[in-house]
Amino acid sequence: MEAMERQIRLTVNGQEHELTIRDNTLLLWLLRDDLKLVGTREGCGTGVCGACTVLLDGRPVNSCLTLAAQAAGHHVTTIEGLATNGRLHPVQEAYIEERGFQCAFCTSGFIMMTKALLDEIPNPSEEEVREYLSENICRCAGYPDILRAVQNASRKLAARGR
Amino acid sequence: MTRTGEGRDARAVGRSVPRVDGAEKVTGRAAYVTDCVVPGMLHAALLRSPLPHARIRRIDAGRAATHPGVSAVVTGADLVQMPGLDPYFGPAFQDQAILAIDKVRFVGDPVAAVAAATREAAREAAQLIEVEYEELSAVLDVQAALRAGAPLVHERLRPSQAFADLMGIEAERQTNVCYHFKLRRGDVERAFAEAAHVFEDTYTSPAAQHAPLEPHVTVAWVTEGGLLHVTSSTQSPSYVRLSLARIFGLPLSKVRVTVPYLGGGYGAKTYDKLEPVTALLALRTRRPVKLQLTREEEFVTIHKHAVTTRIRTGVAADGRLLAREVAVYWDSGAYADIAPRVVHKSGYTAAGPYAIPNVKIDSYCVYTNRPPAGAFRGFGVPQVVWAYESQTDAIATRLGLDPVAYRRAHLLREGDLFATGTPMRSLAVIECLDAVAREIEWGSGLAGSSPPAPEVREAGVPRRVLRGKGVAVGIKAALAPSISGATVMLNADGSASVLSSTVEMGQGSDTLLAQIVAEALGVRVPDVQVVHPDTAVTPYDTITAATRSTFHMGNAVLQAAARVREQLFAIASDRLEVDPDLLRARDGRVFVAEAEDRGLTIPEVFGAAFQAAGTTLVGEAVYQTSAIPTDHETGQSERVTVMWFVGASAAEVEVDLETGQVRVLRFATAADVGRPINPHHCRQQILGSAVTSIGQTLFECLHFEGGQLTNGSFLDYMIAGYRDVPPIITPIIVERAHPEGPYGAKGVGETGALSVAAAIGNAVHAALGVRLRDLPLTPERVLQAMREREPARAARRGQVERGPG
Ligand code: FES
Ligand code: FES
Repeated sequence: MEAMERQIRLTVNGQEHELTIRDNTLLLWLLRDDLKLVGTREGCGTGVCGACTVLLDGRPVNSCLTLAAQAAGHHVTTIEGLATNGRLHPVQEAYIEERGFQCAFCTSGFIMMTKALLDEIPNPSEEEVREYLSENICRCAGYPDILRAVQNASRKLAARGR
Repeated sequence: MTRTGEGRDARAVGRSVPRVDGAEKVTGRAAYVTDCVVPGMLHAALLRSPLPHARIRRIDAGRAATHPGVSAVVTGADLVQMPGLDPYFGPAFQDQAILAIDKVRFVGDPVAAVAAATREAAREAAQLIEVEYEELSAVLDVQAALRAGAPLVHERLRPSQAFADLMGIEAERQTNVCYHFKLRRGDVERAFAEAAHVFEDTYTSPAAQHAPLEPHVTVAWVTEGGLLHVTSSTQSPSYVRLSLARIFGLPLSKVRVTVPYLGGGYGAKTYDKLEPVTALLALRTRRPVKLQLTREEEFVTIHKHAVTTRIRTGVAADGRLLAREVAVYWDSGAYADIAPRVVHKSGYTAAGPYAIPNVKIDSYCVYTNRPPAGAFRGFGVPQVVWAYESQTDAIATRLGLDPVAYRRAHLLREGDLFATGTPMRSLAVIECLDAVAREIEWGSGLAGSSPPAPEVREAGVPRRVLRGKGVAVGIKAALAPSISGATVMLNADGSASVLSSTVEMGQGSDTLLAQIVAEALGVRVPDVQVVHPDTAVTPYDTITAATRSTFHMGNAVLQAAARVREQLFAIASDRLEVDPDLLRARDGRVFVAEAEDRGLTIPEVFGAAFQAAGTTLVGEAVYQTSAIPTDHETGQSERVTVMWFVGASAAEVEVDLETGQVRVLRFATAADVGRPINPHHCRQQILGSAVTSIGQTLFECLHFEGGQLTNGSFLDYMIAGYRDVPPIITPIIVERAHPEGPYGAKGVGETGALSVAAAIGNAVHAALGVRLRDLPLTPERVLQAMREREPARAARRGQVERGPG
């Protein structure tokens, strides 16, 4: 059951990488083990909890279900890629202000999901937030705080003209 | 929502200051054990038993040992040959072997461990180990385990000596009952004979999983100097140090347990779990070893107890509660873990916070061949509240009394004696009940709205639904005796460090402790660094659990800070030529209370005392609470705890008559927190407990078949998500300052979990006139109950089975 190896190129947080991977390497492991981007978390490994969410060409994916090979030639954004020049992204600021986290093991996933949501729907209704984030689990169950963080982030982004 | 305390801007305490761990946590930089990589690190995997109960005849690890990348394979047989090793552990009984020795006791019991270069190699090798079992007949539930002549899960038991409250526990000989708590107060039988009504019911609450998003994970290595370093996702670093020192015969100083941030605990990560086996592999291989559970393994590691409660209550014609007799059966699984404490502490509250002169409680901790059960947020109390608050509601309803008014009339008041004979102190249970009732507009409309069923249209489709409201209260006692030690260091620049073994697992303890120090020393919250547990430097702490940290560690840190302040004031009083009692500390200055401009900055005070930069003033304290052990035969104790915490919940539900689906439309939950140190964090704890408990009330449940867990993955096991949060959910802080609490605080980690299920069950009853006695309240169960009830309901339509309003 030796997996085949192959070379891939991909862009992670704006930086190009060329890596040798096994065919069955998951994007999650490429990020965490090879690139040491450990802000992306594994909660279940089966695509249910959303803790491992990253953006693939701007679209949210579960990195635990995505093969690294599928990301070849594409742009991946992780939680580490949100802050620019040491300045937090408005979504991150909003999560701090509204305390949209407790243990924060789910937080990278929720923040990436929030970013994707607001890129798609800049001013979502409460129902749209619930729907969009319904695939992410927070066992500390800080859902009401997370909702406020999303709304706060939406206002921040609007104020900055995105 | 009570917002008391948020206006006092000058203070660090009583305000919702931002979390000190915010920036780390939103950038993904907060480090968890899962992120820990040590040079040369191996990965471990476990082989687990496929059978619930079997004798191990033979293990052949030959193929695994030669599998590429494998460094070590260890089995139970190896353990007994290792000199100086005591292979058994457990906080109550040392009943669990690091790897099964001679017998396996549940499907999932670890049988062998492999350390290899990669996770995959370790897992592959584990599957190559051949084990020959002789299957034994198993006890798969409490009933089977209690039957005369039932197979024994454990033939011998050895009490652990780790905790004062568990020193005296004795197992019943030659049965599967590993602990039986008894409470006897008054004369129950006579009171039942005199009662006008007797209510007798059995309520059940299922096994459920904690499901912290971060699974259990441990990394262990041995340094050149012979120090065993273990970094682990544990809520009890001091206990783990003790346990490892005992197992491996090491001095406490040679075991160093460090704990970074935890990705959730909820009780799952209390006591030793992976630490013994990971340390064993590290000692064997002389390499760092990491063991991280898969989600599926997490499910069989620990869970919330499945409980059956038989409850019988005698009531006078005027509604007075004359007697209550409760028998509680806890399915503790194959290893006791902390179950005897659960059985004791929840057992003695099983009659509820009511004035009842005659009480008899029997609470049984029962071994079965299921995965072990242990601490879960609420520590067993939610399961007994489900029984006593459902029945209390049934009593009020049967007597035609308003459930809120009925509870108010019979709840214990300050100074009354609890069933344990303990006088009640600082108890705002009535205030909590009133607050939640008000919040859901108890007494106005809707409650008991049957019949007729109002028609609701959803997406144009009419649905027949009924709505109802329900309330419930709950009480839990803080763990006592218990101990917290802390060190506070003030630096010459006015920043400070706190050394504490309290684990930051999301509850906000870093922020809370920083607030306390900032308040005591007059420094800024962000300038206080809380050092995470490191048993090499952070003093002993009983555990981060049981709603005890704010009260115990808060007090230890407050006292340690006060000792620093004394030194600071002594130096300043010399300089300022003023009595130290007249000095105050605020905004990084020490000044005279009556003349605020006469003062010194903290750096100036240090300058007066030391001829060097960067110096420190150090204060230490150990805060210890005491208790009188409950009497072996009667469960009586004048001081069973130092602190009670109480809460109440109120729910408005809608039940779909076609599908049986219960939806919580409105939910209010109140907790008496003493005085909130960080009100927002208190509300977060209350809300988080409530939402999790709503999931456990409506759908969470572990299913077993022949001892095998059948829904042990996130694909099969539902936990509360966004859709399950009620459209209106209100956390309410009720303040009844505790005289011994730090700044009057109590604690709030579990209060929100206590009464949720019963409030929802009572609301369902108000809606349907049907009382469900088994959790979770699934649509199938609701429909079934409605079918069984239909003839009776038709006959009594419009009579007493409705709530107020
Ligand atoms: S870890 Fe990928 S969805 Fe849970
Ligand atoms: S903050 Fe703990 S799981 Fe979401």
